[in-house]
Amino acid sequence: MENKNLVHSDPMDYEVRSLDTMCINESELKHPWWYNFKYLAVGLIFGIVFVKAEIISWFRIQEMFRLQSFHMYGVIGTAVVVGAISVFLIKQLKIKTIHGEDITFSDKKFNKGQIYGGLMFGFGWAITGACPGPLFAQLGTGVLSISVVILSAIAGTWTYGYLRDKLPH
Amino acid sequence: MIETISQPWPWYVAGALIGLIVPALLLLGNKHFGISSNLRHICAACFPSNIPFFKYDWKKESWNLFFVGGILIGGFLSAQYLGSNEPVVVHPDLAKELATYGIDDYSGLVPVQLFSFDNLFTAKGIIMMIGGGFLVGFGTRYAGGCTSGHAIMGLSNLQWPSLVATICFMVGGFVMANFILPYILSL
Repeated sequence: MENKNLVHSDPMDYEVRSLDTMCINESELKHPWWYNFKYLAVGLIFGIVFVKAEIISWFRIQEMFRLQSFHMYGVIGTAVVVGAISVFLIKQLKIKTIHGEDITFSDKKFNKGQIYGGLMFGFGWAITGACPGPLFAQLGTGVLSISVVILSAIAGTWTYGYLRDKLPH
Repeated sequence: MIETISQPWPWYVAGALIGLIVPALLLLGNKHFGISSNLRHICAACFPSNIPFFKYDWKKESWNLFFVGGILIGGFLSAQYLGSNEPVVVHPDLAKELATYGIDDYSGLVPVQLFSFDNLFTAKGIIMMIGGGFLVGFGTRYAGGCTSGHAIMGLSNLQWPSLVATICFMVGGFVMANFILPYILSL
């Protein structure tokens, strides 16, 4: 593809967004907003898997961290293998999106946040028995008190953004 | 068929389906699998407060919010129509340990004796619901991703910083579950 370098209308915006590697990928195509429903459909399947495989269960997470069950290791391990094969094939065969755009990958840069933040998230994961995805699925199953956990997680993210410059990275 | 679906699904089915979300999002629109960024988008949309970290065009990431909305609806649908209504089966050692903290209700995937509005104003409730949630939100953004962004997407793309992050998630979880959480649950 000749036109590989994306032109970013606002370099500042791009710089801030790049702080999350997943936000780097931008589409040059303009789609109506309701095209986003395709992502809702994928999320819906994901949510059903979360519940049906008990990944959102606080008990399963406790078993995982006490080495009492293989279940979660099996789920994450299988997901990584299937994901890695998929990424490999997409790169090798230069597969494009359904709209004909290139699929791009960006490297994650190492910083100390992956250690400090990783440990903090690990603590939170064991306490709440949920990572961010399962929190939303738990709320969906009707456990309304989880909304408090989600609001607190949003407050945590906000506090990180507020303190970001003062934290070691 | 319905009988099979209403049982808890085995790990290899769930793992394969979750793994397939990675290519699904890439093929649908060059999107990278990740969920915790939503918490950042919500901050950027609702409370940017002039903080540089939240000053970006979050609307470009609105697909991510649709994705998480789908997760919420998926949770609702499976609880309403695909449930088995049977108590969660847990490892006997865990059941024995939890019994010592008075946790014996296995009716839901989330233990109602720990996560409820009634518990919100107890020491245990504040630490677990508010403290736990805060650590999840702060930690994932500090680490630059969660189980989906690092452990699944990052490892699928063979990123070694994601391996570091994943190992730290697990170490943190082990320390908390085995050495600190018992004291919190005893409160």
